[in-house]
Amino acid sequence: MKGARENKLQRARDAAEKAAVFGEDLDLGQFIHEAPSHLNMKDLSSLSEPDKKELLTVGVDTDIKERSGSFMQIDHSVVHHDIFQDGLEVMSTSEAREKYDWLEDYYWRAVAVDTDKYTARAELHQEHGYFIRALPGVKTAFPLQACLFTARDGLAQEAHNIVIAEEGSELHIISGCASSHKVKAGLHIGVSEFYVKKGAKLSFTMIHNWAEEFAVRPRSATIVEEDGVFLSNYVCMKPVKTLQMYPTTFLSGANAVARYNTILVAVPGSFMDVGSRVYLKAPGARAEMIARTITTGGDVVNRGHIVGEVADAKGHLECHGLILSEKGLIYAVPELEGRVSGVELSHEAAVGKIAQEEIEYMMSRGMSESDATAAIVRGFLNVDIMGLPAELQREIDKTVNMQGIF
Amino acid sequence: MLKIENLKVSLGDREVLKSVNLEIKPGEAHVLFGPNGSGKTSLLMTLMGFSNYRVTEGTINFKDRDITGMSIDERARLGIGMSFQRPPTIKGLKTRQMVALCSAGKEIRLEEMANRLNFEDFLDRDLNAGFSGGEIKRSELLQLMAQNPDLILLDEPESGVDLESISLIGEVINELLERKPGKDHAASSRERRSKRAKAGLLITHTGYILNYVDADVGHVLYDGVLSCHGNPRETLRCIQDMGYQECMRCMV
Repeated sequence: MKGARENKLQRARDAAEKAAVFGEDLDLGQFIHEAPSHLNMKDLSSLSEPDKKELLTVGVDTDIKERSGSFMQIDHSVVHHDIFQDGLEVMSTSEAREKYDWLEDYYWRAVAVDTDKYTARAELHQEHGYFIRALPGVKTAFPLQACLFTARDGLAQEAHNIVIAEEGSELHIISGCASSHKVKAGLHIGVSEFYVKKGAKLSFTMIHNWAEEFAVRPRSATIVEEDGVFLSNYVCMKPVKTLQMYPTTFLSGANAVARYNTILVAVPGSFMDVGSRVYLKAPGARAEMIARTITTGGDVVNRGHIVGEVADAKGHLECHGLILSEKGLIYAVPELEGRVSGVELSHEAAVGKIAQEEIEYMMSRGMSESDATAAIVRGFLNVDIMGLPAELQREIDKTVNMQGIF
Repeated sequence: MLKIENLKVSLGDREVLKSVNLEIKPGEAHVLFGPNGSGKTSLLMTLMGFSNYRVTEGTINFKDRDITGMSIDERARLGIGMSFQRPPTIKGLKTRQMVALCSAGKEIRLEEMANRLNFEDFLDRDLNAGFSGGEIKRSELLQLMAQNPDLILLDEPESGVDLESISLIGEVINELLERKPGKDHAASSRERRSKRAKAGLLITHTGYILNYVDADVGHVLYDGVLSCHGNPRETLRCIQDMGYQECMRCMV
């Protein structure tokens, strides 16, 4: 094991300066790397009211009601973790790495440690992140919530998360990332590796609420085994200076399924480059990606890439963009890559403004122009997520409505 | 209730309405005949206030107010409602939500209304997404039931509707226009007629809808000119027998 770890560290050191394929190349030297440690909390009630409010917008309930487990990290300190159901594990990844020798096999298996300077940085400077695991056959009654929070202005936070849904388990996670209302700038590197074992189902809903000057570089990948299902939802409707991510799923087992739903709103000053990629590697694999992007003045690059490597595999990707202001840009890049015959890939992309016809149709029922526009935009962002429990869907709808972009 | 005087309308560079004079009194239902492209839909869209339709001359008065320059939503709130022939799909907006929006805060019995139109199964679908011709008509009427306008503009309410559903559509239109036939009313039909306040303007190609809705006046619109005002059934028979060419002659 020691050799394996050393090998990863060496690869990380070699990639420490490696620019990412997409997104602005950030100078990591501009961020603060030290943060005072934060005290443990029995629950989340001692957080300040403004911070609680920030957390609520990313789906993190500080009362911890209707949750099967809860994890919270502030800056570089894990301040809280708790579980309320047998058969689940929630702890810091550094703690888990100490506890379980076998975990080394999961470290950097889905994501390559030398992908770019950000993954390298996470290995070399990692400060925790969450480890969540559902034991075989265990089904979560309520979603687990995990929160990565920054409180120190200008800090670089590097977290490495590992989620394992063991065979036949069902795990729902809401991961909220936010910064304290006092924070203006900073960097968040979040490496997430998801392992969905045979017949397991994992839904992962990530909601971001950063600050105007914040840089965000999540690096995540998922391996789904036979009959496994991975649902990923990502919502970012708040200002962020630069956000770049391209989460990838490998459907390695027969009949594995992946669905990505992405909701992005770019306000003036925000730059987002967000994609999702799925490799269909086994017969019967199915992938679906749906993205809804809006610009009210910021720039969005929305990528999608499906790679069909075997026959009898299907993938569909859909990116729809709405331009709601004179400034702003939506650049949709849907890519389909079929490597064998017998693979079925399709995509649908549309970028534009709201059709006048739609607004006037709504107005003819008595709505004002702005009410009509708001109703159309709400509809546009209302993505019904197949296979998601109703309460989680409600949670997402609530979040989307709460963000209120008008 | 509605008075149109010497109306001329352009759509882009093209003059689609050249001369339209029309008066509809409270309680009246008028029918508009005319060949494809004669300007029937343009007239309805103009009355509703759609921005593409530019009034170049003439005036539209509704409830004694000049609405010629009024916005669509102001007209709707003043009591004009329209059933569209090809309404746009609004993705993610459920039909149920739209109907609620149409009611503008009034209390409505949404499920009951949908039930009346055999439309309960569509309430949780995206508005107009993949609706067939007949389903669109029922969706439009459901929205109008919630909106409850005083002047109802109906663009070919029977087109694309199967023979079984057409009577249902006809009945609902009669209800909207306060023309529900039947003997279970205390008032005599003459009294009911005199109390009736709702008015309607219907476009029909086939005239089928006249089997269900007793319209009062028929008009023929030909090449942007409204003419041949008369009994709707007689007008329809004349068109069936002689064709629209005859109406041209009648204009001259």
